[in-house]
Order: sequence, then structure tokens, then C-alpha cells
Amino acid sequence: MTASVDGNALAGALREIFAVDVTAAVVRCCGCGQAGAVAQLTVWAHAPGLVARCPGCSDVVLRVVRGPDRAWLDLRGTVALEVALPAE
Amino acid sequence: MAIVSPGFHGRRRADPDLPPGQYLTTDFPVLSAGPTPRVPADRWQFTVTTETGAATTWTWADLTAMPARDVTVDIHCVTKWSKLGTTWRGVPVSAFLEDVDTAADYAMAHSYGGYTTNLPLDDLLDDQAWVAYRYDGDDITPEHGGPVRLLVPHLYFWKSAKWLRGLTLMLEDSPGFWETAGYHDYGDPWREQRYQGD
Ligand SMILES: [Zn+2]
Repeated sequence: MTASVDGNALAGALREIFAVDVTAAVVRCCGCGQAGAVAQLTVWAHAPGLVARCPGCSDVVLRVVRGPDRAWLDLRGTVALEVALPAE
Repeated sequence: MAIVSPGFHGRRRADPDLPPGQYLTTDFPVLSAGPTPRVPADRWQFTVTTETGAATTWTWADLTAMPARDVTVDIHCVTKWSKLGTTWRGVPVSAFLEDVDTAADYAMAHSYGGYTTNLPLDDLLDDQAWVAYRYDGDDITPEHGGPVRLLVPHLYFWKSAKWLRGLTLMLEDSPGFWETAGYHDYGDPWREQRYQGD
């Protein structure tokens, strides 16, 4: 019964840190190079933090831990995060 | 006329068995940071690697032939649930270190599936830590870390690595999976060491 959910579960935690909705960003996995929307990640939320894994190779691409007055964002499994912005 | 001073009767006393900030649960919540590894007992191996790279490996048959201890301990999860009086069977970690030549002060526990957690070596010695292979009279289910998990009940339960496959001995401390993402390097529930700096 240890079900994961999709990357939309990251929306609240990431909105606190970033001013944009990061779930629409494109994330590239360090493990296999696959790129896809953050919302497509496989998120394990029944844990001491949010653990988002690549749907291709299941490596960890992103983690968010929320303490009472701090948050930690670990992106070491992420090659790059591509965020769409309004044209200049 | 009865004089009742407010607060005299209804005052709640904290449960002395519960560390600060914890609540009691009677079920056994399953926390997972990824897919559950399914490791058949006959393919399970446990390797202790020293700071020089010397490695010693035990199999399931080796483990279950070693003198085991039945222990009843309270467990405390950093997500704030505590479960009291859990019963386990395991081999003391110290039994795996007896013939190991090391000057290390720290250990990294490694799991099938890639999880890691760091502990001071002293916290794995004596009657404080076990390589556990039975829970509540049965084999440990994969969801709870079977076939074999680390059991270090005096620290928050993330230190009790599920799906244990090895210990790497280290001269210097180095953070594991949750410790690199904000959690405390030691994790004493009685001092409420949840996050870095607590
Ligand atoms: Zn990948």
C-alpha cells in the first residue's frame, strides 16, 4: 500500500520556494537523461520529505523537506530545470 | 462548597514513554521514499566494508546461524508517531564488527534500493543496535524493510535502515539520504533532533 502520486503533489511545497509553478517546468534526469514535466514525476510522499523520482529510471531527481521554519530542496538528481517565462 | 482551582484536575501529563513532540500509534505506518525492494532471503547479503576497503560478507544462512536476541523496544519516527513495545529478533551489530580491524568512528548503512543513513559507530555497539530479521514473531515484510533491516531504536527510526545490505565504516562523518536533505546527523528523539541545527 506504499503508493506514490504524481508530480502535482509537489505544487504546494515548491510554490513556497519558487515564485512560479514549478510543476509545469521541464526537468531532465541525471540518471537516464530523460526530460519531462515536473508534474510527471513519481512522488513518494509518505516519507519524512517529498521524494520525486524519474518515471523512466526511478532515480531520485528532486527532494523537498519542509521543517517548521525552513525548507530544503535537493536537486542533485536534476541536470536542469527548464522554466517557461514571458518573452522579453 | 468545593473550591476547585482551574488546572488542578484536568492537567494533562505528558506520557513519560513518549519523547517530546511525539504521539502514540498502535498501528505500524509504512514510510517509503521509493519502490519497495523485493529481496529473497536466499539472495540477501550483508557486507561490512572498512575504511581501507576490506570487506566481509554474510548470507542469510550465516545470519540466522548467529546467536540472536529477542528484543522489545519503543520506536520513534521523525514524522512524530511512536510505537511502544515492538518485538524483534536480530543479531547485535557488534557481532559483525568483532573481527573487523577498523579505526572508524562512523558508519554508513546501505540499503537495497539505494537508501543510506549515517550513524556514529558507538551507537551501533553493545545492546543498542541489531541486524533484525523477525518482527512480532514473523519474517519482516518487504514493506517494513524485510528480509533484514537495521534496528537502532534509541535514534529516530529513519536511522533504522530498511532492506539493509551493508555497513561502510568511515573515519569522518558523512550525511546519508535524509541527512543531506535537512535531517539531523544524529537524530536523538529525546533531544528532538529532527532537523539540522536542532
Ligand atoms: Zn531517469
